[in-house]
This record gives sequence, structure tokens and C-alpha cells, in this order.
Amino acid sequence: MAFVTANWNPLGEAFYRKIELYEMGWNLKDGLRECLVAAAPYGGPIALLKGHNRRSPSARPQLEIYSSSGVPLASFTWKSGVVKQLGWTVSDDLLCVQEDGTVLVYDLFGGFKRHFSMGNEVSQSQVLETKIFHSPYGTGVAIFTGALRFTLATNIDDIKLRRLPEVPGLQGAPTCWAVLTQDRQSKVLVANGSHLFVLDNTACTHVTPPGLSPQATSIVHMCVSFSYKYLALLTDSGHVWMGTSNLKEKLSEVDTKIKSSPKQMAWCRRPKSQQPSAVVMWDGLLVVVGECNETIQYHLDDDSILVPELDGVRIISGTHHELLQEVPGACEEIFKIASMAPGALLLEAHKEYEKESQKADEYLREIKEQSLLSEAVRQCVEAAGHEYEPETQKTLLRAASFGKCFLSNFPPEQFVIMCRDLRVLNAVRDFTVGIPLTHTQFKQMTVQVLIDRLVYRKLYPLAIEICRYLKTPEYQGVSRVLKHWACYKVQQKEESDEIIAKTVSVKLADAAGISYSEIATKAYESGRTELAIKLLEFEPRSGEQVPLLLKMKKSPLALSKAIESGDTDLVYTVVMYLKNELNRGDFFMMLRNQPVALSLYKQFCKHQEQDTLKDLFNQDDDHEELGNFYVKSSYKEQRLEARIALLQSAVDEYYKAKNEFSAKTTEDEMRLLRFQRKLEEEKGETLVGFSLHETMTTLLSVGLHKHAEQLYKDFRVPDKRFWWLKLKALAVKEDWEELEKFAKSKKSPIGYLPFVEVCIKHHNKPEAKKYVSKVTPEQKVKAHLAVGDMEGAAEAAIERRNESEISTVLSRCSTTTDQLLMERLNRAKATVAKK
Amino acid sequence: MAHTERRDAPELPDFSLLKRLARDQLIFLLEQLPGKKDLFIDADLMSPLDRIANVTILKQHEVDKLYKVELKPIVSNSDQLCFLIRPRIQTVKWISDLVNSDKVAGRFRRYKIIFTPQKFYACETVLEEQGVYGDVTIDEWNFYILPLDDDILSLELPEFFRDNFLEGDQRWVTTAGSALHLLQTVYGSFSKVYGIGRCAKMVYESWRELMEEGEQRTRQPEFAKVFLIDRDVDYVTPLCSQVVYEGLVDDIFRIKCGSVEFGPDVTSSDKSIKVMLNSQDKVFNEIRNEHFSNVFGFLSQKAKNLQTAYDKRRGMDIQQMKAFVADELKGLKQEHRLLSLHIGASESMMKKKTKQDFQELLKTEHSLLEGFEIRECITYIEEHINRQVSMIESLRLLCLLSITENGLLSKDYRSLKAQYLQSYGIEHLLTFANLRQLGILEEQQAGETLTVMESRVGKLVNDKTVGKLTDAFSSLAKKSNFRALSKRLALVPKSGEEYDLRIPRDMAYIFSGAYIPLSCKLIEQVLERDGWTGLEEVTRMLNGQDFAVTGGSGSEARNRTDAQRIVLVMFLGGCTYSEISALRFLGKERGCRFIVVTTAITNSARLLEALLDNHA
Repeated sequence: MAFVTANWNPLGEAFYRKIELYEMGWNLKDGLRECLVAAAPYGGPIALLKGHNRRSPSARPQLEIYSSSGVPLASFTWKSGVVKQLGWTVSDDLLCVQEDGTVLVYDLFGGFKRHFSMGNEVSQSQVLETKIFHSPYGTGVAIFTGALRFTLATNIDDIKLRRLPEVPGLQGAPTCWAVLTQDRQSKVLVANGSHLFVLDNTACTHVTPPGLSPQATSIVHMCVSFSYKYLALLTDSGHVWMGTSNLKEKLSEVDTKIKSSPKQMAWCRRPKSQQPSAVVMWDGLLVVVGECNETIQYHLDDDSILVPELDGVRIISGTHHELLQEVPGACEEIFKIASMAPGALLLEAHKEYEKESQKADEYLREIKEQSLLSEAVRQCVEAAGHEYEPETQKTLLRAASFGKCFLSNFPPEQFVIMCRDLRVLNAVRDFTVGIPLTHTQFKQMTVQVLIDRLVYRKLYPLAIEICRYLKTPEYQGVSRVLKHWACYKVQQKEESDEIIAKTVSVKLADAAGISYSEIATKAYESGRTELAIKLLEFEPRSGEQVPLLLKMKKSPLALSKAIESGDTDLVYTVVMYLKNELNRGDFFMMLRNQPVALSLYKQFCKHQEQDTLKDLFNQDDDHEELGNFYVKSSYKEQRLEARIALLQSAVDEYYKAKNEFSAKTTEDEMRLLRFQRKLEEEKGETLVGFSLHETMTTLLSVGLHKHAEQLYKDFRVPDKRFWWLKLKALAVKEDWEELEKFAKSKKSPIGYLPFVEVCIKHHNKPEAKKYVSKVTPEQKVKAHLAVGDMEGAAEAAIERRNESEISTVLSRCSTTTDQLLMERLNRAKATVAKK
Repeated sequence: MAHTERRDAPELPDFSLLKRLARDQLIFLLEQLPGKKDLFIDADLMSPLDRIANVTILKQHEVDKLYKVELKPIVSNSDQLCFLIRPRIQTVKWISDLVNSDKVAGRFRRYKIIFTPQKFYACETVLEEQGVYGDVTIDEWNFYILPLDDDILSLELPEFFRDNFLEGDQRWVTTAGSALHLLQTVYGSFSKVYGIGRCAKMVYESWRELMEEGEQRTRQPEFAKVFLIDRDVDYVTPLCSQVVYEGLVDDIFRIKCGSVEFGPDVTSSDKSIKVMLNSQDKVFNEIRNEHFSNVFGFLSQKAKNLQTAYDKRRGMDIQQMKAFVADELKGLKQEHRLLSLHIGASESMMKKKTKQDFQELLKTEHSLLEGFEIRECITYIEEHINRQVSMIESLRLLCLLSITENGLLSKDYRSLKAQYLQSYGIEHLLTFANLRQLGILEEQQAGETLTVMESRVGKLVNDKTVGKLTDAFSSLAKKSNFRALSKRLALVPKSGEEYDLRIPRDMAYIFSGAYIPLSCKLIEQVLERDGWTGLEEVTRMLNGQDFAVTGGSGSEARNRTDAQRIVLVMFLGGCTYSEISALRFLGKERGCRFIVVTTAITNSARLLEALLDNHA
């Protein structure tokens, strides 16, 4: 434990420490000399372009990508133009900015993704210098061109090029410059000699850093902090000025006493740190400056680069990878020599406890007396998070756990979460993975993003393990990883469709919320249509399958899937898509095989495109439906001629459909219509559109008996109907004379009871009585009753010796008036019953 | 009385919550268009809307004037027009024309279309085709369910029947699924789902998908079981004349959205009165499920009781009188008013229904159901058509004849059809075509034309779709096996036995003891057997498509809570009040309660009118 402070160096109030992260796994002959290097923040990958200045085609530069631990990820010969700058995007994509302003985007494994241009102006005047920067809006590229102007794109995923205003008095490249993100805007800070300018969209403003030492004649280097809040300037007099990036406040100024131009400068400041500090690197020398006049100096053996991080600076050399940071407060409290902080005491207490010494109790008492035990535990937990060595972490956590035993209400979350976090961090810091995240960075980055990065590095098993270990909900965790895995899997060209489809389905089988359609889309995008279709089969929601199938031009399949889904809207979508995509014939053919889609489309046509409907029936030779179609349209037609014409078409269709019945009926209708019109013209009665029955009723009611008779004969109206019709019509007219004539004209096919009833209905009893005698014996009783002739009814019933009829009559007799009759009936009933 | 409430009947969930949900969403949508606006409402949404949010509420949210959508040019001076409509192409087209004519006139207005219960892609297509997609804003009002009564929930989608069963347009399937999903999210999950019919299956699938997408909430279920049934499983029941009070009121006066308008002949004054018919109406609640022949006796008894209650006044001292006026009089007055209305209604119905004709009509219906004296029935129907008694009634009898007899003989079919057309015009050719397509009214055929068609189509498509196609065709060509079904399930009690309608012994009482409704019998059997086992022959005759699924959650907990005794029955394509009465009776027998969810309340007239084709 005594070694913990061995690498600490004091600077003013604070300590700085340099921790070795990795011994680099790469094998570089010349170190980083002559290399263009870019390392992504948050322990991201490192890209090297060797010999980028070589222009001869025989010796092309070599682009290599490594993990932070120097494990090679990709390597290939650079065949494009001259690269001015390498850089990484926030999503771990490599950007290579070429001299002509073209930016090439590669993935982590050297796969080419796309390219974009920084505009004509840049390509004409060539790139002199370029910087890649990160902001809340994504990754940006800033370019200084040969025309001495700045061009800037804030987000490479949504490129909007901005050309910044001119810098007054600029004759060549500026001495130094940097990109700032301020007030939701990206600005460029340019130093030309001793002059400092801020360039934004519209203007170039001259600014002066407050309290910059007057000895300086030129600003030779500048750097902006990770959070864009602070700015550091190095002058030719060797002074480092540190202040806020809005240039309103000076924080400190330190003389480094080195006047040569540095190689790199970076902020080395942790959030909530005690003092501002920057790191300046010269050949073989690294200087840390803070508030005080002293500096910390490290000797460098090798060419190195600085990678600014949220809470420190990483130093990558040809052989080593180190982290330089201010010692976090908790660690300092605990490990500072002779510290009496509660955390330090607790650690000591635990040490003694392990040695089984009673001193443990003394230390504990001391903490408890000040009632600082919970603070002590908290310190130990926090310090553990900041320590890099698992052994130190363990010691601290054990101490915390020991201290916790003496506390009653200490919330366990902090401890538990820290243990989990550290386990994850140690796993990803492993040499084979090579993501040297600090706890602060990890918290800033979130687990989600870490999982994404692991997935991006194709470290699927580790990602899944982490998800399971952290109990991330399946949707965001395991399922998401599996989906990415599957998307990657489907791009493996060497395996057959069947095998891939099978492996994917087996692995993904029980994971919740997997969208097979997304995986299938990926397969389709990499040109494997067959595989995509196979994968879609696994998609449980048919609705999800349809859009991709349409995209793949598998329209019949899309249509049947849409129908399977039972979602009419989806079917409509496909149908409408097909309607525009296919020629009419093919479209109809396709619909023909899909009755559901066809009926939907018919519904649509009924309202929107009547003619299409007709075409549809035509194509199907569906004469029956065509006939119906014409009949229907005939009713919308006002003019009689058109109506008849449409009906004629209907007749033709019905004949074709071998539906003689409908054809005949329709022909009859045409005849009827003509007849109606003729009569309308002659007699002035409104008739057109009436049914046959209505027509006849109307004719009879106005006394046109002859014409009614004619219809009766022409249309072979059944006798019964005609008799009923005429009977009712005459009764309505109360034309009793005509009715009598009619009754006598021949034997009534409906009998004579209706005559009686109709007369009664029109309150004409005497007339009704005329017909009673004609009624058949079976209906006599009813007839007599209808006219109220009890006597007659009784007579008829007795004569017919029908028990039920006798009872009916009896029930209608009243006890007061029909005494005699009732007796007779009862007697008759008795006789009938006997037999 | 047969219909007194059982003491142990389970408590029903509070469905007024659904109304509140719908109202809140509507108000939210209206406020999306701030400022004064005119509201255009689809005619058939008027009554349901009134149950959710009345005019006062609408006015509170800056609705200026209310109009009915009439598909005619409008007279509105408002700069903001809001349309509350069903997603129908016709209506959307009308709106597009309106917008376009405003454009031509150089008039600027804001338009908002609120589709309920959901929008359809086809409607958006129309807007796009008419070039107004960018001019209107579109919203959805997810008003799926209107509670009509304590135990009746309606989707108020009468077009469901025609669209789904006749036109083969399954657009409403997801709506029904969403309605079930809504019930589930508000009232908890179900332990078991049964169903029969193609549409029922699809609705269940759509519902299941929604369940899987949404979060799983394990809650104590408020309903034990769900039963889904397609209307086309049983056409006989809705085609019979209703003789239970509520059904009869619907047949004669047409109940609209739970309320009925009694004309002057009922109110015995010169104006009509609108009455809400639900369990809040104490008098109605007692007679709604009664066979009509009992109603009059009951009402007169009730009147006597009322009189006695009034008579109590005599011999009261001042104090008692004061209490009487304060506590009882109002209730008595109210009851008095309702009683006189229902007596009026019964009288009016009595006049119509006790006539000779009606008795003969019922006799014919019963003969058809029993399969007795079919010749006489045909003669009766023929005369019915010839005398032009009623277009719908004649058609109804024809359909009953066809279904019960498994199609008409060619000779009969042609002659009856010809006569019908002579009576009511040849546009009914289309009606007959529709009825044939549904298998409600068909000609017995010797050949197997359908199988020929199937095999022809089958060659063109792959195997998987052939199954689907065959399904589709078989449902279209539904062979009615009514006679066999009736025998198997004992739907028609043996004739000759006296049936005391005052003490019903089974569900047949709703048809004067002549017939147990097939739909309700199926439900009874399935619940009794806890599935379809033992009913294989029946389902085969109904063209299969039966299913039973055990729900994921709460099913194992076999606790006999109230909820376990509540059964939700969903009728796809509408159900009649008679069926509801039958289910209420069944519930009382079994000690459970049924909640009926239906796409709409239907009856024979509505069912057949939906199939007419002369209006379109």
C-alpha cells in the first residue's frame, strides 16, 4: 500500500499522478515518428498513418488501426489522396481528411463507409490545416484552406458547410487556432502573432485575453478544455495563460521558461478539480502547469501524443500508454501521507483488523467519536472507483464493507453499484478489450454507450455478459446486442443462407423484442435477398415484414403477408403501392389471386373509381357481377334511354353468365319501363320506376283496368296476385259495383274469404255478406264470424261437425244475447265429441 | 316473476369510466384547434356523441355551431372547421371537395378531421389524390366502446356487418381487437378466451398482437372469460320476430343508441317523447326481459301497487303527509310517468301484434323452425309477397325458409324470387345476389360449383394461401345445417308440450318456447364444457373455426371471486335484444353475469336493410 503514492507529484495544492495503462501490444519499428496519429477519447481506438508524406506510388502509406492497448484491429494500404488529418467521430468512425477536402469515413475495422466533400472552395484552394472536434451536435470538421479562410461543418452526419469570415491581416497560416463550442455555435479562435480573433458565422472579432503577460509577442499554441469551458494559451515568451474560454476571466499564468515551440498542449483537469492545469509537451519533455509557479516535469523517452480526456490526459508513446491526471479528492484524503481523514483511518482500521490487532478498534472508535463513519465508508467507496489496480480497489472496498458493519442505516446502493461498475470497468480495461475508461468517464458515457461500443467492436459475448450482469432490461440490453450480432452475421458472405438463417433463429429464439425485419433489412442491404426473405419468416408480426418485402420488390409475398396480418390498412398500403408500381393487367392478375385484397380494392373503387370496378369484373369474366354492376348504375341514371341502355348491357352480361332468370327479369324491367313511359305520356300518371305490382295498383286505382289487364297478361302475373291486387285496389276506391263484377268474372283463385275480409276492412258489411255464400265450406265459419253473423257461423260449424270451429264460435258468443245459440252449440259439441 | 335479481349475482365493473376516457380524449383533440370552430358530425355519430359529451360540453370547448354531415355544400362562416367522422371514403371525398372549392373561392380556413375510432389508409389516400392532404390536419379519436347499459357495450358500428361479411372488407377487425384491448387495459386481463367464426379468430389475433406489443400488467381480472362469436354463425336468431318486451320495442319503435322515441299514439298526447331505456328505468328494468304476453299483467299489477302507495295518503296526519311528500311522492310520480309510458307502448304494440296476421306470422315462423308443414309455409309466404304486406318482412320469411330448409328448391326459389321482384322492383336482384353470397337465401344446387372454382384458383397460388382461400370460400358458401344443428343441440323443444311463459324453463322462452337461440346455446354449451370438446360435430356443421385459448395471467388462480363469474360475450356483426335477454336468463340460471359487447344492436330489419343494394 505504501506504493500508492509513489507516482504522485505535488503541484500547488494538488497532486498529479501518472498511471501506466498498458504496455502497447503493437510492434512499431520507428515508434510514432513520421506518423499521423489519432486516438479517440473515452479510451477509443488509435489510428496510425505511416509515411503519410510519401507521394510516390511505389511506397504508399499504410493505415493501421489499433485498440488502446495496441491490439491491431485493421491495417491496409492507403490508396487515396494525401491525408492531412485523421480523427475519430463520437461513434468510433475514422475520418480521413484529404488535401482536396474530401473526407473519407471508415469503420473501426477499416471498412470503408462513405465519403463526403467539404465543398468546391476547399477542393480548389486545398486544405492547409484541419481539426476534428466534438460538440453536443456530433462530430465536426474545421478546415483552414489555402485561400486563408476557414470552412466548418458542425455535424458530419448532417453536413451544412459554413464559410467563416475573413481574418484581417492574415498573410499565411495563423500561428495557431482552435475550435470552440459556445452559445450553441461552433466558433474558431485564431491567433495571428499577438492578435487573437474569434470567428463566428457572421463576424470576426478581435479579442484580448485579460492579463496576458506583456512580454509575449506571439501566441504560439492554444488548447481548449474537454468541456469547452477553459482556454490555455502558450506565448513565445514561454508563459502559459489559463482562463475561461469566453476570455472574460484569467485563472493563472505560469512561466515554463522554455521558449521553443511545443509539440502539443492539452488541458489536464478533472471536473470539480482544485486547480486549472494544462500539459505541454516538447520533444522529450512533458510539463504540467497549474496555479503555482512550480511545474511538474516528466521526461519522455519516445515520441508521444497527448489525448485529452474528461478527467485527465492520456499519453501514448511507441511502447507505453499512460494516464496523467490530478489525484481525485477521495484518493488524496485516504492515501496522503499521515492523513487523518476518516477514510484513511477506516482503511487503517481494516488493515489492523486483518492483522487481528486490537488497534482496529482504536481507529474505529476514533472515527465513530467524530461520527464520521458513514463519511469514511463513502470515501473508501469513491476512492475505489478512481483506483486502477484491482488490488487497491479490493482493499478499499473491503475497508468500506468492514466499516459498513458498524453502521445501521447505511444505504447499500452506492457500494453495490460501485462493485458492479468496477467489475465492468475492469473487464473492459482488460488488455484484449482495450478500453481504458476511468470511472468518471464511464459515468459520463453511460452503460448504453459502452454496450454500443462493445457491439461496434464486435465483442458481442462480453456485451451480453455485461447486460446480463447489470440486469439491463432485455429491450435495451441483450436483445439489442443480439440484434446487432445478427445484423453482423448476415453480412458474412462465406456462409450459406440456410446456415445463417438457422444460427440467427436459434440464438435469437427466446430474446424478447427482436425485430427480425431489421436484421432482414440488413441482409437485403448487403445484397442477400434470399436470406432476407428467410429471416422475415421468423418475424412474428407480419406487419413488420411488409415494407421490406415491398422494397425488395417481392410484391406478391408482401401482399399475402399483409393479408395474413389482418391489418386492412397494411393491405391497402400494399395495394395502392402495387397499383402505382405495376401495369394494370399485372395488377389485376395479382389481385385476382388475393380475394381479400381484391374485395378491399373493390370497396375503394366503388367510391373512387367506378370504371376500374367494371374493368376488374371484365378481366375476371365475372358476367354476373357485371350484370349487377349495370343494374346498379341504371338506377343512378336519370334519363330513361340511358337507363334502358344500361339494362340492356346487364341483360347481355346475364346471358353470358348463363343466368337466364336475371336476364329475363331485366328484360321484363326494360319492357315495363317502356310501357310506363308510354302510359305516362298518354295518361299523365307518374309511373316510371314503379315495380310491376305498384304500377298495376296505380293503374287500377285510376280506373285504367284495360292497361292493368294488359300488364297482367304480358308479364304473366300469377292469377292469385292479380286477384289480390285488384281486390284491394277496388276496395280502396270503394268501387263495389266493379268488385262484384270482378268476383263474378270467373272463379276466384284466392277464394272468396279475402273478398269478405276486404269489405269488412272498409266497413262495408252489406257488401261483405254478398260473398259469404261463395266462400268454401272450410272457411265458412270464419266468413260468417267476420261479418258478425253468429247464427250463420254456428250453423256452418255444426254442419261441419268440427269441434274446434264450434269452440271458436262459442268463444265469440256473448252470454247475454246468444243464450239459445250457445246451448245449441254446446249440444252439438257434445255429440261431436262423443263420436 | 322470472327475472328477479339473484342475490349472489356478481357485481359488474363500472363502465362509465370508458365514457370519461372518451370524453377526455375528445376534449383534448378539440383543444388542438384553439379558437372558435364549427363542428361537423357524421349523422350516425350524433347519438353516441351525445352520450359522451353533450352540447354544453362541446360549447365549453369553443365549438360554435354543430352541423350534421349531409354530403352537401355547407353554409358556415367559421374560419375553422372540424369534422368528426367515421373513416368513410365518401365523407372524406366530400371534405376534399369542400376544401378544394374553398381554395377556388380564395377562402382560407383551417380544417381538422377527427376520425373515430381510427383512421384508415384509404381515407388518407383519398385526401392525397384530391390534393388536400397538406391542407387538413388529421387526428384519431379512439372512441371504441359506448356503454349502452350496465351490461351492454356497443361499438356502434352497424356497417361492420355488411363490410365484413358481405364485402369481405376486414377493416373493422382491428377495431374490434382494439376495443377488447381497451377493456383489458382498463379492467384487467381475462383468463380464458373462446370463439367461433372466421372474424372472431381474426379479432382474437389482432387483440393478441396488441397484448404482446403493450406492456404486460398482471392484474386481478375483472372478467373470467371472453366469448367471441361471428354473426354468420347464427342468422336464424336475428331473423325471428322478437317477442320479449325490449326486443319488441326495438322491432316496432327502433331503439337508437339506448333510447327510443315514443310517438303520439303511445304518449296519448300530441308530442313525441324520447325515453332512455336502461336499468335506470325501474319499470322498464323489470319488464325488459319478459315475454310480451306477461307484460300487460305485470304493468296492471304495478299500477295497482302504485295506486295503493298513493292511497296511503288518506288517513295521514300532517306530519306523515309531509314526510310522504318529501320522500316518496317524487319517486312515485316518476314511476307513474314511466308506467304510463310503458302501458302506452304496450297498448300500441298490442294493437299491432295481437291481430290475426301476427299470430299467423308467428305460427309460420314456428313451423319453419320446427320443419313442419313447409308447403303451407311457402304458400303463406307467397301470399305475403303477393299482398305486398311488407318488403322487409317478406324477405325475412324467405330467408328463414332458406336457412332452415338448407336452401330452396329451384322451382320455389325462382317463383318466389320472380314474385318478390314483381312486388318490389327488380333492383332487388342485387339484394338477392347479396343474400345468396351470404348463404342466407339460396337455391339448392346439384353441382358443386364452388369446389370447381376453388381448384381453379388453387392452381394459381401456393399452398399456404390455398388454405386461406378455401376458408374464405367456405365461409362464403356457408351451408346451413340448421336442421341437423337444431337436432344436435335440441334447439326446438318438442312441440305439443305446454310452455308456461311466466315461468321460463330455458332460453326458448324468448321465442315463446319455440326455439332456443343457437348463438346463446353455443355459449351455454361451451361454458359448461369449458371448451369445444364434445361439440366437434356441431363446429363442423358451423364450418369449424372454433378456438379456445387460456389467457396468460391469473388463470391459475382459481379463486371464486366475483370476477370469475363475469363472462364477456362479443358479437361480431351485431346482436339482438332477444339474445341479450336470453343471456341474462342464462346468467341467472348459472349464477354468473354476461356482459355483451356488440358491434351494434341489430334486429331482423336492420340486418336485412344492410343487405339491400338500392340505396348505394
